[in-house]
Amino acid sequence: MKQSLVKPGVLLQQETELRRAFLEHAKVIPGAEKIKICLQCGTCSGSCPLSYAMDIMPRELIALFRAGDIDSILKSRTIWICASCYTCQTRCPVGIKVTDVIYALKRTAIEKKYFTKHYPVHSLARSFTNCIYKTGRLNESTLMFRYFLRTGIWKSFSYLPLGLKMFFKGRLKLKSSKVKNIDVFRKILKKSEALELPVEREKIMYQPDAVGYKSVG
Amino acid sequence: MKFTYYPGCSLHSAHLGYDISCKAVFEELGFELEELNDWNCCGATIYMSVSEVTALACAARNLALAEKQNRDLVAPCSSCYTILNKANRYLKNSPDLREKVNDCLKEEGLEYEGRVKIRHPLEVLINDIGTELIKLKVKKPLDGLKIAHYYGCQIVRPEKGFDDRENPTTMETLFETLGAEEVYFPYKVRCCGGMLMTTFESAALKLSMEILESAVENGADCIATTCPLCQMNLEAYQDKINKTFDKKFEVPILFFTQLLGIAFGLSSKELGIDKNFYRCEKLSEIEKQLPIQQQPISI
Repeated sequence: MKQSLVKPGVLLQQETELRRAFLEHAKVIPGAEKIKICLQCGTCSGSCPLSYAMDIMPRELIALFRAGDIDSILKSRTIWICASCYTCQTRCPVGIKVTDVIYALKRTAIEKKYFTKHYPVHSLARSFTNCIYKTGRLNESTLMFRYFLRTGIWKSFSYLPLGLKMFFKGRLKLKSSKVKNIDVFRKILKKSEALELPVEREKIMYQPDAVGYKSVG
Repeated sequence: MKFTYYPGCSLHSAHLGYDISCKAVFEELGFELEELNDWNCCGATIYMSVSEVTALACAARNLALAEKQNRDLVAPCSSCYTILNKANRYLKNSPDLREKVNDCLKEEGLEYEGRVKIRHPLEVLINDIGTELIKLKVKKPLDGLKIAHYYGCQIVRPEKGFDDRENPTTMETLFETLGAEEVYFPYKVRCCGGMLMTTFESAALKLSMEILESAVENGADCIATTCPLCQMNLEAYQDKINKTFDKKFEVPILFFTQLLGIAFGLSSKELGIDKNFYRCEKLSEIEKQLPIQQQPISI
C-alpha cells in the first residue's frame, strides 16, 4: 500500500489482482455499480449494530475500495464481523447494497485465502456445507461437532452445559433425518458447483475502469 | 384450504415448539399445513458466503418440489423464508439462470418454472385468515399480558416484504385482537447477532443483551418472536449474558404461534412451551383460566 502511495495512480500487481477478483464476485449483485455514487455520509456506519466491534467502518470499506486498497479491507475483521442484518443496505440513501458487497468481499477473501483463525466464519461455513452434503438436512449437533473439530475441540467444553440443557428439554437431536435419495441430491450439488453465474443477471454496468479513480482501476 | 409447509431443519430439531405450535394453530383455524415431501435444507444465509450458485440450487430443489403441489409454500423459519424468497426472485427474473439450475435439477427429474409463492405464517394469519376469524376462535384472551414484539432481521429485510422494514406492525395488530398489551420496544428489528454467536461470541452477546435489556426496562412479560435463531440466541444464551454483563434476566422468549395457541385454549404441552427454558408466569395464569363462551355472531 505504501508503494502505491508513493506513486500516485499506480497500483501494485497484487492489488490489481485482488481488484479483479473482487469485481468478479461483485458483478453478480444486481445494482452493484452504485458503489460509485457513495456519498460517504456514514449512514451505514451509524446504523450498523456491530460497528462498535469493527476496525474499519462500513463507510470506510467503500472509501478504501475507491482509493485502491482492497488489501487492507481483506485483512480487517470487519468483513467477518458483519452479521448480515441488512440495516445498512435498507437505509443507504443512494441504494448501495452494502451487505451484498461485504458478501462479495468475503468470497474474495476466501478465494485469496485471507481468512484468519480468529474469525472462523469460514470454518463454520465449510462445516455447514459438509453437513448438507452428507444428509441434505442440517443437524445442529453435528454442525457444532464438525465446527469444533476444525477450530479446536477444547472450545466445545464451554458449550457442554447448554448442550445438556437442550438435551433434557428434548431439543437436541443426535440423529438427523435424511433426504430420501441422497445420492441424487449430491449429484445436484456437485453439478451446480461447476456452474457459473450468468454475468448479466440484471442490468449491470460494472466495469473495472468505471469504478473509483479511473486512472487507478 | 391447504398450504404446503416447509419446516426447515431447525424446526425439526432445536425448535420443535415452533413446528408443533404452528401446525396446531393453523389446524384450530381450519387450515391444513401439509409438509413438503422430501424437502432439503434451504442453504441458509451461510451457504451464500461460500457458493452462491450451489445455495440457489439447494433452494430451487425445494421450490421445484413445491411447484408440483400447486399451492402457496408456508415457511415459518425466517432464514428459510428469506432464502427461498431470494432464490425465487433470482430464478423468476433470470431465465438464463433458471435454465442452468433446471439443468442441475434434471438429475432428479425436477423442473422449476417460477410459479411458487413463498409466505410467512404471520402474514398468512393476517392477510388470508384475517383478524375477524381469529377473534372468533379466542377462548382465553391474553388480557394484561405485556408482549415485546421482536421481528429480527430476516423477515423484514433486505427487500420490502409484507411489512415495513424499520417499524413492522403485523404482530401488534395480531396480538391486539387477542387482548394483549403492547410495550414500547425500539429494538424490534435490531439484529440479535445471528450466527456470530458461534463465531464471534463476545460481539453477539452484547447485541442480544441490549434487546433483552430494552424488553425488561419497558416492562415486558415476555418476548414474542418469529425467528428460530433469535429465539435460540435470546433464550439459550441468557445464562452467558447474565454472567458476562452481570445481569439477572429471566425473560421468556416465545414464538408468536405459541402465544396464539394459548389464546385459542390449547395446552402448553400441545404448543411445546414446556420445552422453553424460562416460564412465563402470567401466561400460565391465563392458561389456567376457564375458556370464555364465544357469542355466536349473526351476520
